[in-house]
Amino acid sequence: MNSIVMAPALRARARRRQPARTVIHPWPLRVMHWLNALAIITLIGSGWQIYNASPFLPILFPRWATIGEWLGAAIAWHLAAIWLLMLNGLGYLLWGFASGHFRHKLWPVSPRAVWRDARAAIRFKLPHEVGVYNAVQRLLYLGVIALGILAVLSGLAVWKPVQLWPLSDLFGGFFPSRVVHFTAMAGIVLFLAVHILLVALVPRVLPPMITGGRLPDPEWHR
Amino acid sequence: MTTFDPARRKLLGRALAFGALTMLTGCNFDDLQHPDLADKFLRLMSGWNNEVQAVLFSPHTLAPTFKASEITRPPRFNAFYDITRAPQVDLAGWRLELGGLIGDRRAWRIDQLRALPQESQITRLICVEGWRVIGQWSGVPLRHFLRAVGADTRARYVAFKCADGYYTSIDMESALHPQTILALDFLGAPLTAPFGAPVRLRIPTKLGFKNPKSIVAMEVTNQWSGGYWEKQGYNWFSGS
Repeated sequence: MNSIVMAPALRARARRRQPARTVIHPWPLRVMHWLNALAIITLIGSGWQIYNASPFLPILFPRWATIGEWLGAAIAWHLAAIWLLMLNGLGYLLWGFASGHFRHKLWPVSPRAVWRDARAAIRFKLPHEVGVYNAVQRLLYLGVIALGILAVLSGLAVWKPVQLWPLSDLFGGFFPSRVVHFTAMAGIVLFLAVHILLVALVPRVLPPMITGGRLPDPEWHR
Repeated sequence: MTTFDPARRKLLGRALAFGALTMLTGCNFDDLQHPDLADKFLRLMSGWNNEVQAVLFSPHTLAPTFKASEITRPPRFNAFYDITRAPQVDLAGWRLELGGLIGDRRAWRIDQLRALPQESQITRLICVEGWRVIGQWSGVPLRHFLRAVGADTRARYVAFKCADGYYTSIDMESALHPQTILALDFLGAPLTAPFGAPVRLRIPTKLGFKNPKSIVAMEVTNQWSGGYWEKQGYNWFSGS
């Protein structure tokens, strides 16, 4: 399916007598994936500790799952890790657009394809095609990118409700910004649960995110 | 392309994960005399965040103001001690001591402060913990007071000491902000002990703990002096 999209690029490479891309995950993606993992885990763990200082739902996060022994340490971790998340995230977006990663791997995603793949996945009939994201994956990846952006914007609104008042107003004020920030976190945690569950179900997808892996011969796709 | 040794990779991955976990979940800011590597890293990032906040700060951006009907009642007490232990300051003997880069360092009595032009504000106090209250404060704008005593407003910091041993300091730009006041009244009456009698700093462009209560001394200085909570790990600038 994807070979149709890729074909012209492959032909161009063949003309220039260059080898086609052979790895499943190119190195910038792998580096950014794990830096992002480190930032996200730190932000969620410290964010839970910060939430616990002034909860607005009848729930508290267990101590063992939080990062930072007390509020001061948790805020310090949160406001340190956010720089890694933002710089790495910016790098990912720039790389994603410039390299064609978004165009080739995450796009297009049609409601019909999502419906088809979601039904197949639920019946465990959706095969894992190496190097190709199915429609449900594409939707989830695009969704979690959007949630990440929402989390950063709402977090800025909580951090600076006076200086960044337009952002604070956009979310409806200080407290609504906290709620949006929390909701974005919940969505990201839900994504992580599915993401890690799928890796547990298909463990062979994990090593390529470390080593890069090797794509099957592109000729097979023709 | 690569020689892939799954056993080695796995070990490396586990070592990294373990290192990250012990580093992250360990105690931070627990022993101020002996900061570990994580403490030093967090202090470094907090210093960077101070710089970023100074750049973000605009002297012309005002904190939102509210209607009298939106005032939080009853008001919420907050300190690092119980309400019964709030310092009882003897008004007759109280003086605001001045120090540092100030032309006229004579101490001020409360009636002298009351004789200065007063300004009132209904603003929101946001606590570092995440809750917020709306209150009405009135008093002497700090920028007017600093000029009245001949303070060097090119200095970097204004530092405060309190009757309960609390202390903190703020950047001069924030000190000169039009909504930064030496508050004498709260909710239309002189400040009571739990809310910072006889004088507190009200600075709605910063978090609650940057609003010291029961002030007894003020210093204008280029020397960074941190604060009670800042020393323990809260970010020094803590702007809103």
